[in-house]
This record gives sequence, C-alpha cells and structure tokens, in this order.
Amino acid sequence: MTVDTTLAEEHSRHWFPALRLRSRRVPVPVLVGTAVLALWVVVALTVQWWAPFGPLEPTSTRLSGPSLTHPFGTDALGRDVFTRTLYGAKISLRIAVIVIAASAGLGCLIGAVAGFFRGWVDEVLMRISDITLAFPPIVLAMAITAALGPGIGNAMIAMIIVWWPVYARLLRGQILVVREQDHVLAAVAMGASPRRLMARHILPLSMSSVLVNATMDFGQVVLLAASLSFIGLGAVPPEPEWGAMIRDGAARFYHWWVAAGPGLAILSVALASNFLGDGIRDFLDPSSRRR
Amino acid sequence: MTRFVMRRLLLMPVLLLGIVTLTFVVSRTVPADPLASIVGERQLHNEQVVAAAKARWGLDKSLPEQYVIYVTNLLHGDLGTSFRTKSPVAEDLLRRLPATLELTLAAMLFAVSVGVVLGMIAALKRDTWVDHVARLIALIGSSVPVFWAGLIALFIFYGKLGILPGPGRLDPQRNPPPHLTGLYTFDALVALDFPLFWDALKHLVLPSVVLGWLVLGIISRLVRASLIEVLSQDYVRTARAKGLTETRVIVTHALRGALIPVLTIIGLSFASLIAGAVLTESIFAWPGIGSYAVEAARTLDFPAIMGVSLFVGAAYIVTNLVTDVAYALVDPRVRLS
Repeated sequence: MTVDTTLAEEHSRHWFPALRLRSRRVPVPVLVGTAVLALWVVVALTVQWWAPFGPLEPTSTRLSGPSLTHPFGTDALGRDVFTRTLYGAKISLRIAVIVIAASAGLGCLIGAVAGFFRGWVDEVLMRISDITLAFPPIVLAMAITAALGPGIGNAMIAMIIVWWPVYARLLRGQILVVREQDHVLAAVAMGASPRRLMARHILPLSMSSVLVNATMDFGQVVLLAASLSFIGLGAVPPEPEWGAMIRDGAARFYHWWVAAGPGLAILSVALASNFLGDGIRDFLDPSSRRR
Repeated sequence: MTRFVMRRLLLMPVLLLGIVTLTFVVSRTVPADPLASIVGERQLHNEQVVAAAKARWGLDKSLPEQYVIYVTNLLHGDLGTSFRTKSPVAEDLLRRLPATLELTLAAMLFAVSVGVVLGMIAALKRDTWVDHVARLIALIGSSVPVFWAGLIALFIFYGKLGILPGPGRLDPQRNPPPHLTGLYTFDALVALDFPLFWDALKHLVLPSVVLGWLVLGIISRLVRASLIEVLSQDYVRTARAKGLTETRVIVTHALRGALIPVLTIIGLSFASLIAGAVLTESIFAWPGIGSYAVEAARTLDFPAIMGVSLFVGAAYIVTNLVTDVAYALVDPRVRLS
C-alpha cells in the first residue's frame, strides 16, 4: 500500500461522514434515543415545578401499590416513588454530565500531551492508562470510593479516575492519525507554533470521536453511579438517587414497585444512550453499517 | 508466533506490577489514616493489634520501603486480614472462588449458546422485524442495571410463580456435595447425587441468565456481523453452487468461519462477567467473590476490598492474555500485524 492511498483513506474516513449526515435519513433508534434523553433532561430541569409531591414528603399511605394518585406506589416511609424517580433524574443526570465532562476533559488533556509529545511522556501516560483499564470499572471505583469515604462527591471522583483513560487513548489515537494529514504538514511547513498546530489544525478534527464516545458513555456512567449507590458507596438516604432507591426496594422484596420505578428510569436512560451511540457509530463507521 | 506470545508474556509481569502499585497508592496514600484502613477503626486503640500491623506492613517506615514490604507480602500471598471475617483475605478469596467460577461459567454458557443462535437468526433475517427484536434484546442486556434485573427476576420466578428457587446456591436444608472442584453441579454429579445436582442447577438458572444477558448483546451482534460477511464469500457461493441445502451451507460452511472472531469476544466477555458478578452475586446471595466485595465495601472492610481489586485485576489481565494467544493461534492474520 502506498502512502497516497493511506492518506486518501484517512481523508475519506474523516470527511465523508459529515457529508453523508445530510443526505442520509436519520434511523429510528437515533430519533428514539434523542427523544428519550431530551425528555429526561427536561424532567431533570423542571420537575420541581410540576411534580405531584415533594421528593422527601411523606404521604398518608406506606408501601401502597401503584394507583392513580401514586402511579409507582409509595415506599416504606410513604414517599411517592413516581415523584422520587423523577427527582432522581436531577441527581443521576448531573452526576453523568459532570463525570463525563471531567473525565473527557482530563482524558483529552492527557491524550493530547501523549499524542503530541510522544516519546517517554507518551509511554508513561499510556502505561498508566493500561493499568487503570486493567480493572473492571466497578471494582476500581468501589475501591477508590471506599478509600476516600462514601458519598456522591467521592464516588464521582472515583468514576473520573476510572473513566479518563478511555478518552486519553481515544484522543491520542485520533491525534496520531490526524497529525500525519496533509493540511497539518502544510501548517508545519508554514511555521505554525505547536500550540497553534494543536488548537487549530489537530484538535478540531480529533474531537468528533470524543463527542460520539461521550454520548455512548452517558448510559454507562448512569449505570455505574447507580451501582455504587446500590452498594452503599454513592448517594446516601434519603436522597432520591436511583441506585439508592433500588437498594431500598431490595430490602422490601415483596413490594416490587419500590424498585420498579427507578430501575425502569435507569434502563430507559441507558437504552436511549445505547440507541444513540449505536446509531451514531453506524453513521460514522461504514464498515459496521448495516447492509 | 512464538515472538508474539513471548512479548505478551513479558508484558504481563509489568502490568501485574502496575496494578499492585495502583492498589498500593489507593490503600496507602488516599485514606486519611492508612493504619485505620489496615486494622479497622475499632482496633485502633488495641495496642497489640496496631503494633502487629505496623510490623507486618512496615507502616513506620518511608513510603518506598512500605512499597517493598507490600510487594513482598503479596508475593507470599499475604493480602492482609479482613476486619469482617477476621481471616486472611487470600483464604477468603480462595474459598469463595469456586462459587464465582461456577456462576460465570454458567453465564458464559448461556450467553454464548443464546447469543450465537440470536446472532444467526438476526443475520439470516437481516433488516426484518426479527433482526430488530434481536437487536433490542441485545441492547437491553447492556442497558439494564444487573442488580435490578436480578431483583425483578427473583420476584417473578421465585416470589410470584414459584417455579425457581430463591437466593443462594442450594436449598438451606441441603448440604454441599463432597468438595472436589467446589462447583456444586459438577461435584454433585461426580458423587452421583442427582437430587442435589438438580437443586444446584435450579439455583444456578436465574443468576446465570441475569448475568449472561449482560454480554449476550456483544456476542450476538458480533456473530451477526461476522456471519453476514462470511455469507458473501466465495467459498459459501461454491457450497451453494454444489447444490447443498441452505441449512448445510450455513451450519457446516458459513458458521464455522463466522465463529472465529467470537473467540476473542468470549475472552473479553469473561472480563465483563467477572465485573457483573459483583452485583449479581449480591442480589442472589451467591457466596462468591462478588458478594464478598460488596459486603466489604458496605462495611468499609479495606483489606478485603483491596484484595478483591487485586485479584480481579490479575484475573482480567490473565484472561486477556489467554484470549490474545488463543486468537493468534486460530487466526494467523493477528500475529502478523
């Protein structure tokens, strides 16, 4: 394979998707995923104005099954599970946004440094990321949260530590590809400073896959946060966090509705994010596109 | 080939040392009081215990010295002593390993058998509603919180329908089979105790299906993609041209070629299964390493948590190595790149 064909391939990989986006129809899963996520964002932002009850407000009946007034029933303290599930979006979505933004930011910074400077810096940073990735996320996040002390803040720190390597590797890989492209070589020839090269010529082209990954990771981060709270390391009662609510439900086995609402909420967010991610991946990667 | 394997083998100790270093950092520099995280808050005033711990882990020495002691202790299999069970963490882990192995193996069996069939159907009926349903089933598996799925499954099949047993590995009134491998189903069969085998098997159904579903998606998607690719290849066309029945073409010709990539994914899935087992076991009161980890985390039993992390991290690395080598053996293209 000659150098020319490799470059042509790289170009097609980066330039075709954007052009195609406009001419192709948007697949149904992407629409559904976007709609569900958007709905949850609206709920998270506005729930305090229209929820039927308060998230910590005890009503007259305890552990009553689903009814018209309490569509998801009430929990052991008489709180409305439907209301708490809606409020849970505030906590879970905020956690997911912060964790993804922070780990993508940190990861991109580290990835950019590694990809740009190469050499021993690259070697050291990538081995650190290898080692972090050698643990299943839930196990390492558990250990770090336990060391820091249980709580949402510490759980978030732990999740960021677990998640950054994904972005570091991703961005580094992208940079290694992009920096060999003609326009970058041209900029080097024109005497662009390293900072300018990075900011104007390399990063903008490398960011698209980071954004795609961030979308796909959204559901996984919500799942991980809920898992930590379920174990008892994340959100603590009485906070209406989905994982913590399922933990309450697990203690009330025969009152299935206590756990049903928050479980469905997590499922819908994760499924929507997977739909979206799957769809975007099909768009951007012709080889995995369904024929 | 040998070079490829050698390189991977040489890299392994480096990675293992890496995870050891990481757990050292997490256990010695992150907590406000490392001593409290080694002996537990309650024992902090017990001078004998504190002195013993200081001597064992060299806590009054500098961090680099502590690191050397830490690694030396690990090499001797000393992972510390659990606050909760009062026994060495390494012993606890070994005692609980068979339960986790039995669960993950059963989950893998479920995921591979159902995943291959699901992926095959999806490939053959591609872009019809069958394909879409298969895709949805697969996606749900990777989107559902596994602890919630376990709870709902227990509620329906044990609580409501009563057709499957509740949590645990055996009915409470039964005794485990004589210890051979620690896998109850296998040991019961060897002891020719069929009622016990049946009981152990029934207890295994719900947790392994819930856990296996987690990776069902990855496997079925891969089988689908790979079968679609293989079906368009020349040797399949030749088989068809020879006038073989479509079943014969798919089962004996296409599927064989399509299953090679599945091998790698089995290794990767095994790693996800170990992680998924953490939460699955805690819902099903399955006495394995996963429920041990959750109990340890809930009680802030630090030596146990770090022990599990190390153990699982090492298992992860070894699994990846085995997968890579197996793949290189099957597919010569891998070792050339």
